[in-house]
Amino acid sequence: MLTYLLLALLAVTIAAYFAGFTKARSFATAPGYSSQHSLSGYHGAFVAAWAGIPSFLLVLLWLLFQGPVIDSLLVSSLPPDRVKGLDIGQLNLLVSEIKSVAKGNVFSEPDAVVLAGAERYNSWSTIAIWAMVASALSLSVAALFIARSRLAPRFRARNQVERITSLLMIICSLIAILTTIGIVASLLYETLRFFSMVSPVQFFFGLNWEPQIAMREDQVTSGGAFGAIPVYVGTMLIAFIAMLVAIPIGLFSAVYLTEYASSGMRAVVKPLLEILAGIPTVVYGFFAVLTVAPAMREFGEFLGFAIAPNSALAAGAVMGIMLIPFISSLSDDALAAVPQSLRDGSYGLGATKGETISKVLLPAALPGIMGGILLAVSRAIGETMIVVMAAGIIAALTLNPFEPVTTVTVQIVTLLIGDTEFDNPKTLAAFALGLVLFLVTLCLNVIALSIVRKYREQYD
Amino acid sequence: MTDISQTQPAATHDWTSAAARRRVRRRYAADRRLQFYGIAAIGTAMALLGVLFTTLIYAGYAAFTTTKVELGVFLDPEKIDKGNIRSANFRKMVRDAFLSYFPDVQGRTDKRNLSKILSSGAAYIVRDYAVRNPDKIGELVTISVPVSDPFDQLYKGIIPREIQALSSDRILLYEQLEHRDVLSVQGGVGVVKTTLFVDPAQVPEEGGVEAADYQRMINEGFRSFFLSEPSLSYREILSPNAAEALKKKVVANPELVGKTIEVDLPLSANYDNLLQKGEAKIRNPRFRSDKEFAWFDSLIQRGLISTPFTWELFFNADSRFPELAGLAGALSGSFLALLVCFLLSFPIGIATATYLEEFAPKNRITDLIEVNINNLAAVPSVVFGLLGLALFLNTFGMPRSAPLVGGMVLALMTLPTIIVATRAALKSVPPSIREAALGVGASKHQVMLHHVLPLAMPGILTGTIIGLAQALGETAPLLLIGMNAFIPSVENIGLTQPAMALPTQIFSWADSPERGFVSRTSAAIIVLLGFLVLMNLLAVYLRRRFEKKW
Repeated sequence: MLTYLLLALLAVTIAAYFAGFTKARSFATAPGYSSQHSLSGYHGAFVAAWAGIPSFLLVLLWLLFQGPVIDSLLVSSLPPDRVKGLDIGQLNLLVSEIKSVAKGNVFSEPDAVVLAGAERYNSWSTIAIWAMVASALSLSVAALFIARSRLAPRFRARNQVERITSLLMIICSLIAILTTIGIVASLLYETLRFFSMVSPVQFFFGLNWEPQIAMREDQVTSGGAFGAIPVYVGTMLIAFIAMLVAIPIGLFSAVYLTEYASSGMRAVVKPLLEILAGIPTVVYGFFAVLTVAPAMREFGEFLGFAIAPNSALAAGAVMGIMLIPFISSLSDDALAAVPQSLRDGSYGLGATKGETISKVLLPAALPGIMGGILLAVSRAIGETMIVVMAAGIIAALTLNPFEPVTTVTVQIVTLLIGDTEFDNPKTLAAFALGLVLFLVTLCLNVIALSIVRKYREQYD
Repeated sequence: MTDISQTQPAATHDWTSAAARRRVRRRYAADRRLQFYGIAAIGTAMALLGVLFTTLIYAGYAAFTTTKVELGVFLDPEKIDKGNIRSANFRKMVRDAFLSYFPDVQGRTDKRNLSKILSSGAAYIVRDYAVRNPDKIGELVTISVPVSDPFDQLYKGIIPREIQALSSDRILLYEQLEHRDVLSVQGGVGVVKTTLFVDPAQVPEEGGVEAADYQRMINEGFRSFFLSEPSLSYREILSPNAAEALKKKVVANPELVGKTIEVDLPLSANYDNLLQKGEAKIRNPRFRSDKEFAWFDSLIQRGLISTPFTWELFFNADSRFPELAGLAGALSGSFLALLVCFLLSFPIGIATATYLEEFAPKNRITDLIEVNINNLAAVPSVVFGLLGLALFLNTFGMPRSAPLVGGMVLALMTLPTIIVATRAALKSVPPSIREAALGVGASKHQVMLHHVLPLAMPGILTGTIIGLAQALGETAPLLLIGMNAFIPSVENIGLTQPAMALPTQIFSWADSPERGFVSRTSAAIIVLLGFLVLMNLLAVYLRRRFEKKW
């Protein structure tokens, strides 16, 4: 239905273009014509814009509000004795039962209230859809005729169209802000609901993370099941291991590529390194499970100690591989930005290339390199698939890299995978973790970017 | 300064002295060391890349062929209702057809095991064939159907017929015994020479030596071999009738009671094999009997087994059976999600970038927009998933698992990439073009639309394709909005229908316990990487072909 409506609107819009275009073309033949302000195409575009855009926005808004409006109508139409004493969750359950019956998915014999509700729901939905079709099409056609009637030889159609285009561009630019607001608002809203069930003190300072247990009602408040410290510690442990792998390899390859390598070697090696950055993280996760973790376990067995199959070491090492190109390209930029005069000065004093690098270039490029490392840390903290596949789920408070640990992102995914109801702390905890993750990565990014920018200005 | 010139006048510094030369040598050695570290780092990175690709290809290439057996099925017109072909019992038909290859196999268990060589999907393949070709009903048709996963893997040589019976620490026990020189073969039976005390305390009053607890005596005696592991039972190493052998010896010579004796006790089958053949192997537990190997070998000998290319990988939907599972659902889901992503992010991205780059006044709001775009590029992908879950699914009530929602979330993530690429492309168009167009009377919008944007388009498209390639590999946000549903058919494809995407399919296959899914997962990854390579090549081609250097 919706597809046909959109196609119909598109047809009306195209028709509107030609309606405006042909009318503008007929101006020249009319008596008393001197000149036309805008090209005929602009007249067409003006009519098309008025015929298409408002009705399209109407359809969007209608779709957004149709569901909630019908739901509230449905709830208010239910007999009061059936609704009395139900809390929000039970009410939602009833409404979704009515909806599934309305769709024809009858599992058990529904009672009369549900059947009647389903009937009403179906009829309202039909009415709503037809009303939407009718209003959208009539709005579109009406706008077509009004806009067309405004056309005249001296009508400034081009300026009008350009104003509409500018307005559309501004609306598009606001989407970036709207996305940020949407992220912050949705995370904050669900987090506040979470904190109304679980105290923030427990969440930020508790040492025990057992969200699955808290599903049972009598245990929600007992036992500190939502203490996220072990989750943070696990995240930092894995990020630290990743950095131990990525920093030396990335930094040394950047040094070699900028200072020693021939241009031919650079041309080959740099794209190869970039491939590492282009591989999807789910592939790295599978690589960790398939190759790295078993290899590490066997190596541990060979040395005579046990490494868990989902150890922090395996997940961190693979994440480190993913971050190598990140560190190396940012360090590369930082080293390349050091002015040639510093190099020349150092060589002039008789320093070798190695001494120039370690005593002049690296100190000079240090802020840029630090910025790159901070960005990589923020990537490591926010990385999801590698740890979901290769790290553990149980939150153990340990710094031993051979034990399984869990991370913020793993918890978010495991808490939200499958069916989710937005009324228990288990689901909402994921949003609280998400807010922490968002804020931490945001801070890291802001700091890193400001360091990099400041440093760049120094030499420009 | 003056100190230096007094103590060490430059003129008298001897650059050729041994000490000076050593210093120079050391400095150049440090230089070479740094160079070596650089090469080592690059080498490590390249080696890791190589290992990544070789393991994926090594694990995945097998899934591109399927082991199939040619099956002659008689589509019995009496058993198939032409009006309702699907309702016929194809399972029995396929089973009977396969069992007819082995007329001498009798017995329920054997027949059941034999029919398990075929994939459980064989009946559906024959059914679909009959539905497609109703005119063939009544004929004997030859159809290739896949064999079940263990035999597929066996034929490709991925899993062996026999595996090591003993774990490495059990073999270590054997080596300890060997080291003590107590193992020997006597009369074709491997034995271990054990010193033990025939404890009178274990011989009961009534029954005498006949009823004594010889097992405990052996355990006590054996303990001296493995002092470090007091809990170890001899049962693993010795044959079950070791106690019987000891009993026979003591019953024959009752005077041994109360004495410490040396006795040769037979080894268990696995250790006996280890001693006599040098290795201990048992049948791979994935196969139920050795007969299965014989049946399968006879199929191979008769030339009924073939390994054609796995077109099913691209045309089948998901399945619980690895030999039948395909990517059709995931490919269509990813395609639809990417389409939505492109339709949203491409126009919005261009509009935003054009506005910010060409039209926007420099003020607080545009600054805020720029900061937001930069930050969105660095927000972890899982947070976008949370946004989609809370806003699109929960607040707006959009359908779960739908490519429409997936595409919308991916579009939000792709926007920053497209915006940055578009701005760079717009910047690279020289001002002379704009000035010339303005000079002949074009409006600002006309300059943009008619001149600058067409010239910037190759750069914009390159950025868009790279952004879409990133979106294609994105997994976490799609998991959160439920695009990992198990969808075993490709009949319902639509923007609002539940769907899979390629990376979430990889994730769910990687989670499946069946051995065959390892190669399916790797094959799916190869397909995904193939698409990424194609997209990136296209981007490179566009850049090379159309981008102008001003």
